[in-house]
Amino acid sequence: MNKIMVSLKDVSFNYHTLEGETEALKNISFDVYEGEFVGIIGPSGCGKSTLLSIISGLLKPSYGSVEVNGKIGYMLQKDHLFEWRNIWQNALLGLEIQKSLTEESKKYVEGLLVKYGLGEFKNHYPNQLSGGMRQRAALIRTLALKPDILLLDEAFSALDYQTRLAISDEVYKILKYEQKTAVIVTHDISEAISMCDRIVVLSNRPAHVKKIYDIVLTCEDRTPIGCRKAPEFREYFNSIWKELDVHV
Amino acid sequence: MYEAATPYISKEHREFLKKVKRKNVLIRVTQFALLILFFATWEIVARYKIVDPFLVSQPSRMLKTMMTLSQNGSLFMHIWVTLSETIIGFTLGTIIGMIIAILLWWSDFLSKVAEPYLVVLNSLPKIALGPIFIVWMGNGEAPIITMALAISLIVTIISLQTGFKEVDEEKIKLLKTFGATKMQILTKCILPASVPTIISAIKINIGLSWVGVITGEFLVSKAGLGYLIVYGGQIFKLDLVMTSVMILSILSALMYIFIVYLEKKLIRWR
Ligand SMILES: Nc1ncnc2c1ncn2[C@@H]1O[C@H](COP(=O)(O)OP(=O)(O)OP(=O)(O)O)[C@@H](O)[C@H]1O
Ligand SMILES: [Mg+2]
Repeated sequence: MNKIMVSLKDVSFNYHTLEGETEALKNISFDVYEGEFVGIIGPSGCGKSTLLSIISGLLKPSYGSVEVNGKIGYMLQKDHLFEWRNIWQNALLGLEIQKSLTEESKKYVEGLLVKYGLGEFKNHYPNQLSGGMRQRAALIRTLALKPDILLLDEAFSALDYQTRLAISDEVYKILKYEQKTAVIVTHDISEAISMCDRIVVLSNRPAHVKKIYDIVLTCEDRTPIGCRKAPEFREYFNSIWKELDVHV
Repeated sequence: MYEAATPYISKEHREFLKKVKRKNVLIRVTQFALLILFFATWEIVARYKIVDPFLVSQPSRMLKTMMTLSQNGSLFMHIWVTLSETIIGFTLGTIIGMIIAILLWWSDFLSKVAEPYLVVLNSLPKIALGPIFIVWMGNGEAPIITMALAISLIVTIISLQTGFKEVDEEKIKLLKTFGATKMQILTKCILPASVPTIISAIKINIGLSWVGVITGEFLVSKAGLGYLIVYGGQIFKLDLVMTSVMILSILSALMYIFIVYLEKKLIRWR
């Protein structure tokens, strides 16, 4: 068995506001193994972002325990590149905050930018870049800190459909190539099936684990775009769709 | 995808550029012509006594006034007094306002405590405080600068505070995922993200500082453009009044242009 990178045991979380108490998570347990891509899917507002905040340590669980073995990198819904910094300065932001800006780390980031096609755009400002390139720059900003586990919170949802397909394919390849573990929150069932090894389906708020799917696809080309042709794809889709039980 | 502009320009595009340029030139010419027309009409109606030059003054007499004043050096003295008071009041207002706004951002408790006081101070007509400043500080420059400060400070605090609060919560969350301290959130995100707010506060501040200084000089002063205006009014020398007003409008315009220039330099990323 692979090494366990994230372990959640009976995690519950409540928000407290003057209006009252909101139960966001209830008794959530699952593990994430090294090198694995785990998808989290669930109705909107059920507590997915809360779950990632807990894994990342931004929030402490009300009950239960979280164990994380490794450094965490967090990708938010939008790229949140700082408009007043150029791409190079944006990519270095995390290193700057953690005061680990060295010649070596700069070289590493420079290498990432070149490797992933942003080498010539170092001195451009974010508003001069397309949505896909901005997302890539945000990914490099995260990778600059050499995280072991990446948390992606609907990281592609702000993009148009075509860019989104292309960028999720690209991010998948990058993360696999860099041998990262990933927890991917998404609304998009197809995206989850195509990118993940396992999918955790959450219930309505307060979120608990409804079902966990092991995704096994038979296809030669195991990339998000390539494996959409796999015969099992539709079955998983229908099954997860039913499990989500969406009413409009 | 970002692409560099192609060096080749089509005929159609050239025509378009020409049209835009022509329009811009026309706008400038019209603006200038209006100014000339205004002064020429003024000069003529005063010279031929269509209106009483004693009441409205006259551009040529204003020029003469300016000459005499600058020959004995007092013009520059008066300009300098007003200008320095304004710059000091404006700088103090901006810096102190910024420091207080940062403190209020830093401590939610402080901000909640300060809120009603800010509301009351903001709605109070600051000119009412003039006599108090004079009693406390005498009749030098101090009460005038304090007046400028009083008028601009609260507005600065409130607008900066609002600007700080409007910075995207998610940007702050991003910094927190990197483990940023509160100080880092302030310097890496809140302040740079608020540069446009700070600049617009500065623009408003300049205008308010002029108001504060001129009001102060009306109330108590021995020199300055405000003093010249009041003095000229009291002895019915409208030439002096109009000249001072004209100089004042040129000065404030120049200061504004300087800030716009600064803005362009600071916000390159737009
Ligand atoms: N800071 C907060 N204070 C109080 N309640 C909150 C707070 N943040 C989130 N909530 C509530 O907790 C619940 C879960 O929020 P969360 O953002 O984790 O859901 P989500 O599944 O990520 O939603 P979405 O699909 O919209 O991204 C929601 O009902 C939300 O209203
Ligand atoms: Mg969310």
